[in-house]
Amino acid sequence: MRVLAHARGSITKTVIQKGQNQFNPIIIGFLCTWCSYAGADQAGVSRREYPPNILPIRVMCSGRISPHHILKAFQMGADGVLVAGCHLGECHYIRGNYMTAKRIPVVKELLSFMGLSPQRLGLTWVSASEGDRFAAVVREFTEQIRELGPSPLRGVS
Amino acid sequence: MARVGVFVCWCGSNIAGTVDIETVLEAARRIAEVVHVEDNKYTCSESGQQSIKKAIKEHDLDRVVVASCSPLMHEVTFRRCIESAGLNPYLLEMANLREHCSWVHRNRGEATDKAIKLIGMAVAKVRRLEPLIPIRMPVEKRALVLGGGIAGIQAALDISKAGYLVTLVERLPTIGGHMAQLDKTFPTLDCSACILTPKMGEVLHDENIELLTYSEVEEVRGWVGNFEVQIRKKARSVDMVKCTGCGECIEKCPLKLPSEWDLGLGLRKAIYRPFPQAVPGVPVIDREQCFVFTKGKEKCRACERACPADAIDFEQEDEVIKRRFGAIVVATGFSLFDEKAYGEYGGGQYKDVISALQFERMVNAAGPTGGHIIKPSNGREPRNVVFVQCVGSRDRAKGIPYCSKICCMYTAKQALLLKEHLPESQAYIFCIDIRAGGKNYEEFVNRVQSEYGAIYIRGRVSRIYERGDKLIVKGTDTLAGIPVEVEADLVVLATAIASQSDSPQLARILRIPYDEHGFFSEAHPKLRPVESVTRGIFLAGACQSPKDIPDSVATAGAAAVRVCELFASDELALEPAIALVDAERCSGCLNCLEVCPFEAIREERVDSRRVASVSESICQGCGTCAAVCRSEAITMKGFTSPQLYSQIAAPFEEILKELEVEMPSC
Ligand code: FES
Repeated sequence: MRVLAHARGSITKTVIQKGQNQFNPIIIGFLCTWCSYAGADQAGVSRREYPPNILPIRVMCSGRISPHHILKAFQMGADGVLVAGCHLGECHYIRGNYMTAKRIPVVKELLSFMGLSPQRLGLTWVSASEGDRFAAVVREFTEQIRELGPSPLRGVS
Repeated sequence: MARVGVFVCWCGSNIAGTVDIETVLEAARRIAEVVHVEDNKYTCSESGQQSIKKAIKEHDLDRVVVASCSPLMHEVTFRRCIESAGLNPYLLEMANLREHCSWVHRNRGEATDKAIKLIGMAVAKVRRLEPLIPIRMPVEKRALVLGGGIAGIQAALDISKAGYLVTLVERLPTIGGHMAQLDKTFPTLDCSACILTPKMGEVLHDENIELLTYSEVEEVRGWVGNFEVQIRKKARSVDMVKCTGCGECIEKCPLKLPSEWDLGLGLRKAIYRPFPQAVPGVPVIDREQCFVFTKGKEKCRACERACPADAIDFEQEDEVIKRRFGAIVVATGFSLFDEKAYGEYGGGQYKDVISALQFERMVNAAGPTGGHIIKPSNGREPRNVVFVQCVGSRDRAKGIPYCSKICCMYTAKQALLLKEHLPESQAYIFCIDIRAGGKNYEEFVNRVQSEYGAIYIRGRVSRIYERGDKLIVKGTDTLAGIPVEVEADLVVLATAIASQSDSPQLARILRIPYDEHGFFSEAHPKLRPVESVTRGIFLAGACQSPKDIPDSVATAGAAAVRVCELFASDELALEPAIALVDAERCSGCLNCLEVCPFEAIREERVDSRRVASVSESICQGCGTCAAVCRSEAITMKGFTSPQLYSQIAAPFEEILKELEVEMPSC
């Protein structure tokens, strides 16, 4: 992964798209199918609006998400990555999300080591009935990423 | 090169109203390896599916992306569809343009842009999907029914009648549930016991049904078709085989305690049956109260001396029973909102302010007062009785925004019963409005008003306080717009239906979701109302939401049919999306073995090398093992790393192309 200082210029070109002057981050969301993905569906069913920046990827359990996947997203230029699973104690696979809970802080460390703000990586728990919560979490996380600005890796790969 | 077909759904105006379909189609056509793109008003409809099948044949498609609603909704539909056109059903990917896009974004441009990205990601994944073949497993044809109320009883009987074995577990010493506490049922005024007790007896004598009362489920392992369940049968201190149910022991017990069954209005002994028609009729000793357990082994033992069958067994221990079940029906029912939360109504503070269930016990001829309606404070007959509806229900401040569904009806019924028992009495009913949706319900409420003279006052009660031996009920008549005050002898609170307080714990044991109020969640509110999302676990009765008796019975029957459907075949097709270890790549660190929640991973030797190996029948496909595998030797079928990587990369491809930066390889 090459981090190029002059990448900034090109970012401004793509990220701040045609006439829009608000930075529109790209956020990859990893959602476990049983709770968080279903919670996101619930947000849809109850028409809870949130910013369109999150691009969800469905996995069976949040425990499936390895550091590899998260780093891959950042490598590609994601401005933020949100991992969402069932509440602790409610993982459909008993304790997959405990692994996630342990893993994410480690990946955050790794991000700061690489010079990326650990705040670009989010971890949250959303149950299948918490459509409201899903929308609120996404709203908040998107705002957080917007404040952080474009990823220094955007367009660098 | 794959040959991908992309099918974009309008979902009427659900998607097309927010997402510009033309632009999406245009963009989809430009994606590599996409050879066919079309749109459809309703892709899930018969004609929509036909057109997918046709396109597969005509364009020789080998993979399909359906861009429509959530895969949780229609993945199965479309898998079947492409399978019938000759493709492997797992070569399908869905882009969720509805729940995750058109329903949550308003800006047309933004939603369209996101829809294009979602489709790009789905195509990226579908290109790398591999055909999968379901794993076949034998089914244990025995069902577990949790809860012995009317729902559990009905489900157990229905499953048994279809010829399958059932174990019915109830935590109280008797089955019957809340229905056994009621006097009459609305709107037909059937005597509750008369229609329930025959069913209870049927359960007891049914050879296919194993009845475990005073028992609780402690642990559930395994999966649909093969749940391994551990049940604790608490010590009854009475030998169930020897006991004849004569009741001599109860007579002789010197201890008198408030009866839970009668909600404190009556007394029971330390050895007791909750009510005379209890099933089984074997009494139980309350070890927290009985002198033998509280004061010492030599104390009392009156019941033991009285028992002609020598059935009393103070030494009896809890029994831990382990069984395998193919399916589970959860019918654990409800509890009631505690009226003490309404200090302003004096709940729990004034003796003559009682809950509706207490009133129910009181009018019941087999209840603590022998069917006499009295003021608990002095035993006299009340004249003015005020019923307060929606105590807890529809009150956000008390945490219950929902309607409890049955209170309007039972309040009307209780007002009727009051008049029948005490013709001189007068019922006043405070309500927000009357919800009487149901067969003959509205007519019933009208009769209670016109023939039985119940006075309905629309408005909430603000305060109840004592004046002398009367209770003053203050409220507002919101129709007349005036404050009202009723001098009452007895106040009955229609407390909200709440979930069982320990339902979250049970949900965890069963691994099923529940909502913010503790009710178990159904897989789909309209189309799969009695299934939980966990395959093989079904819901019946009020554990899912407040229900009246007919609804409880209906859902129990529906759940039973679902169970029978599972049991009708000898084998079950299980999800093939499970983990697979590449022994060549495996470094033998066995990190995976430690994180697997199911102990599905074993150590194995291949050419004297230590490697991990996954057992097909145990693996549930969470993928936790794959995530800890540093050498990426574990393939999580259907969610492989290459598949996820291309999905992750897809939305950036355009940007990188524009910047003329080379795509990194996966
Ligand atoms: S299934 Fe949701 S976190 Fe494991």
